[in-house]
Amino acid sequence: MQNKSLQLRQALEKRILILDGAMGTMIQKHKLEEEDYRGERFKDWHVLVKGNNDLLSLTQPHIIAEIHRQYLAAGADIIETNTFNSTTTSMEDYDMASLSREINLESAKLARVVCDEVTAQDPNKPRYVAGVLGPTSKTCSISPDVNDPGYRNITFDKLVEAYVESTLALMEGGADLILIETIFDTLNAKAAAFAVEVAFEQAGRTLPVMISGTITDASGRTLSGQTTEAFYNSIRHIKPISIGLNCALGPDLLRPYVEELSRVCETFTSVHPNAGLPNEFGEYDLEADEMAKEIIDWGKEGFINIVGGCCGTTPEHIKAFATMLANIEPRKRPQIEPRMRLAGLEACNLN
Amino acid sequence: MSQASAIFTNVGERTNVTGSARFKRLIMEGDYETALEVAREQVESGAQVIDINMDEAMLDSKAAMVKFLNLIASEPEISRVPIMVDSSKWEVIESGLKCIQGKAIVNSISLKEGIEPFVHQAKIIKRFGAAVVVMAFDETGQAETADRKFEICQRSYRILVDELGFPPEDIIFDPNIFAVATGIEEHDNYAVEFIEGTRRIKQNLPYCKVSGGVSNVSFSFRGNNPVREAIHSVFLYHAIQAGMDMGIVNAGQLAVYDDIPEELRNAVEDVILNRDAGAGERLVELAPKYSGMAQAEKVEDLEWRSWPVAKRLEHALVKGITEFIEEDTEECRISFDKPIEVIEGPLMDGMNVVGDLFGAGKMFLPQVVKSARVMKRAVAYLDPFIEAEKQDGQSAGKIVMATVKGDVHDIGKNIVGVVLQCNNYEVVDLGVMVPAEKILQTAIDTKADIIGLSGLITPSLDEMVHVAKEMKRRGFEIPLLIGGATTSKAHTAVKIEPQYDKGVIYVNNASRAVGVVSSLLSKTQKPDFLARIKDEYDVVRDQQARKKPRSKPISLDKARENALQLDFKNYTPPVPVKLGVTEFHDVSIATLRRYIDWTPFFMTWSLAGKYPRILKDDVVGEEAMKLFHDANVMLDELHAKGSLQPKGVIGLFPANRVSDDIEIYTDETRTERLDLACHLRQQTEKTGFANYCLADFVAPKGTADYLGAFAVTGGLEEDTLAEQFEQQQDDYNKIMVKAVADRLAEAFAEYLHEQVRKVFWGYAANEALSNDELIRENYQGIRPAPGYPACPEHTEKQKIWDLLDVEKRIGMKLTSSYAMWPGAAVSGWYFSHPDSKYFAVATIQEDQIEDYATRTNLTKEEAERWLSPNLGYDPEA
Repeated sequence: MQNKSLQLRQALEKRILILDGAMGTMIQKHKLEEEDYRGERFKDWHVLVKGNNDLLSLTQPHIIAEIHRQYLAAGADIIETNTFNSTTTSMEDYDMASLSREINLESAKLARVVCDEVTAQDPNKPRYVAGVLGPTSKTCSISPDVNDPGYRNITFDKLVEAYVESTLALMEGGADLILIETIFDTLNAKAAAFAVEVAFEQAGRTLPVMISGTITDASGRTLSGQTTEAFYNSIRHIKPISIGLNCALGPDLLRPYVEELSRVCETFTSVHPNAGLPNEFGEYDLEADEMAKEIIDWGKEGFINIVGGCCGTTPEHIKAFATMLANIEPRKRPQIEPRMRLAGLEACNLN
Repeated sequence: MSQASAIFTNVGERTNVTGSARFKRLIMEGDYETALEVAREQVESGAQVIDINMDEAMLDSKAAMVKFLNLIASEPEISRVPIMVDSSKWEVIESGLKCIQGKAIVNSISLKEGIEPFVHQAKIIKRFGAAVVVMAFDETGQAETADRKFEICQRSYRILVDELGFPPEDIIFDPNIFAVATGIEEHDNYAVEFIEGTRRIKQNLPYCKVSGGVSNVSFSFRGNNPVREAIHSVFLYHAIQAGMDMGIVNAGQLAVYDDIPEELRNAVEDVILNRDAGAGERLVELAPKYSGMAQAEKVEDLEWRSWPVAKRLEHALVKGITEFIEEDTEECRISFDKPIEVIEGPLMDGMNVVGDLFGAGKMFLPQVVKSARVMKRAVAYLDPFIEAEKQDGQSAGKIVMATVKGDVHDIGKNIVGVVLQCNNYEVVDLGVMVPAEKILQTAIDTKADIIGLSGLITPSLDEMVHVAKEMKRRGFEIPLLIGGATTSKAHTAVKIEPQYDKGVIYVNNASRAVGVVSSLLSKTQKPDFLARIKDEYDVVRDQQARKKPRSKPISLDKARENALQLDFKNYTPPVPVKLGVTEFHDVSIATLRRYIDWTPFFMTWSLAGKYPRILKDDVVGEEAMKLFHDANVMLDELHAKGSLQPKGVIGLFPANRVSDDIEIYTDETRTERLDLACHLRQQTEKTGFANYCLADFVAPKGTADYLGAFAVTGGLEEDTLAEQFEQQQDDYNKIMVKAVADRLAEAFAEYLHEQVRKVFWGYAANEALSNDELIRENYQGIRPAPGYPACPEHTEKQKIWDLLDVEKRIGMKLTSSYAMWPGAAVSGWYFSHPDSKYFAVATIQEDQIEDYATRTNLTKEEAERWLSPNLGYDPEA
């Protein structure tokens, strides 16, 4: 497994790696109904489960496998496990917390199998499985009650517990790396990072970690209020293989933050933006070619090492990125001087 | 301490129950809302990190820490700075770390309980990604000597860095500051030990920081603040030199090193550096002499407090003291029948004294602005009472003032507004970019007595003409005042005054405004005054009409024949090191302030003289010194809070001259044109000189040459900051922040030009010039700005905006008149040729206007309008 990490690092030095696109968008195309989600096993479940996409890894594994396959065929180097909401914290919404471990494990196995199958066809281009840790539906830094700003509906310790369980299952299922993504509250991400280290310690081995935050609007801040650089300062201690941004915005609006991150960040950088902003029907309609234009430009400007798509992107988008970025040099990591880099909502780099 | 502040990080200490009695009481009473205020004030007053400590025996420290940190997370004004979680209890620290999304500092851990808990705690801190304060404390106790301090810190460092992989840049050592001059001989060397220990730690343990609680050192002198402040200052002076880079310091308890009386400073220095055995005793003997220092001042202060209230108000107004103004105003209000009488009586009397002193040159503008601040506070205090009595405020008159449409410059207008208000005129200030319609409607609605217009850029002159025409069309009867940097008596007389016959008066500076306004509002003086102005302007117009052009105009063809011919056969233009566009988002104020040209700053405040001589000037020196001090304090604060962020963007492009234009290309193939910069040529007869045009400084096609462009601003936050001061009725700082932002923009332009010469274009990599030489422009290449004499046409700025994508990259905008927003801004072109120089295009003729209009896609009329100050003919003739 260490070899695989090394292999990944070497690949990143040589070219821009392609991450897959949206899972949810692809699942939507199948127009699944409640009974499809339930399958045979959960036909009597006491809570409605339509929309619990991660559950499909158990009930409709062939659909998930097929989506992975399409992304790999489109040229993705890294595919993400179908586990965005698989933590116990998020599964509580469906009263399925007890299934968290199983969903994480099966999702990782599913991705592993497809990945190995495609790698076998072209051993010169090894593919990787990123075990996904999503943000959960609760935030550690923000009160859900406007009248009681000191109140929290989740604690750091509870989140750590949930993330440790998910990480161990993902590792067991064969993930090559861990991707902590769509971070809108850095404190949640710190809990995830803390948990990943605990899990590594328990498992007796480590994997590369990718971190990806989310700038939620044009203010250029995360939902919990941090600037891009403050986010970076707050999370770089776990020495991730890459730090990046994903979701919420389309590539045009995300550009300044990608550029900022590229400037301040000593790790590799990743980006997987949405296909634009949702239109009035809630659909993302930025076409592959159009989106690729901006992405290619990031490549040329030397902003990125890993790129893929988030909400609204399809294998078509990924194919456009993969083809057009094939001959573009990856971003060179800057040497940053050792400085005490503190952060509140804003970065505070001391001399 | 201003030089030190850049390298010294100040940790706020007021949210600490062990150090602040007030904070402790608030937390014990559960008044978290007010406790948050304490934190907020601390951040606002410049703390770069806030220390939070809840160690109190009667308190559930852990619960209090969690609650306070969760509350802080909902207060962006507080949580924007990093937090220092401070506790002697590990469980409190750990719970605290679980509530902080940013990168925090833990205060503190040590080897006091041995290596095991130290390692355990450090590992967890590392997992949270926090930095850590390590005390010089081990199993045998606290380190007192430099040797022990270093030994413990080194041991801690080796464990942290070598064994745990803790990032060394995240370690802060606290080598213990102890009290000196306690009368106990063993304590005499404590400060020396700290300073020496610090020096060794910093020299031998790479990347770590050193911090400490500074007030401990002066503990023996509690009760004697002047001496304590001197001790802190002297101690820090030496400790910072030895490498101390952070500290818990109450900024209010710090004297300025150079300001400490020499006798006291020497005595303190003897103690801090332990120069001889009797040093402590000598300071103890000397201390009482200085203990009264602050009180002595207060006695003087207090003396005026015993005067009659009217006299006190006058004193406060003349000296600009706001401290007691509300209580004095209240005292007055009670003794008068009506609150308005306080304004009409003692306050106006006081302002008259100010006015007289100002008129006699015994007070200077900055002082008058401070007086106005006092006046405004008093009036604001009385307002509700006056309102309650439903009594109409009787002002001497009402003036509607505005910077005209398309222009954003308002420093001068604000100063005039303040001076008028000082003289009891009511000023309705409409701000900047105000359309004519709004100015006139406001004048009607508020029944104004006078309208005042201001503007800095040349297109504003046309807008003023427009306002005058509109006043006539709508049948106005009230006079119009004209002011601002590009306005002139000639322009007012020739262009504006003929449009409106109820009085148009050019006011050349703020001090004249009061005289003009009072004449205009006096029924008896007004007719004479207007008649006199009319005569004066007739004379000016006559002179203008008869004014012969100083030199003969020539045709554009002739001018081109006499163009500057640079030898590009024997000269290879330098190739830029980095082509394309570069943004500058984090050039700090600390860097830029070295490039400030201060002379224009004093001109803004109507103080004449060249910096630095002006600081020692017999007449205005003292006032200039105060202004200079206040400006620097503001710079310190803007820097510390990051509340003003200078931004800039530059671009260097392949370019070639084509006649009077410069073609700018996308890349070295020079096939695709990015833009076309159009320039104007001098069009008067020259002997011995060429007819200059900026394009001549660039090589024609066939030789690879380049052109640069730039745009910078002192900071987009300028207006917001000024508004905040305005809301506090603080005109002095409102004007100050704009004046300072303005200087920063100019300094930034100077800095970037240097960067371009030395790095980006790189043709003068070894240049080493002092700021003075920079101000005198002793370098190769120029940076002319559209709207200024060498390229007087403002719309060319749009090309800079397009080339550099200025608005998208750094947020600066262009108004409809091509003024730059924010006001503190500079933009222009870079030329590298050693022979390039500044010149004035001056007067141009119709043939060039027609030619220029074709090149720029303007209509002839548009070109004439944008270049109206340069026209050598009358377009309407």
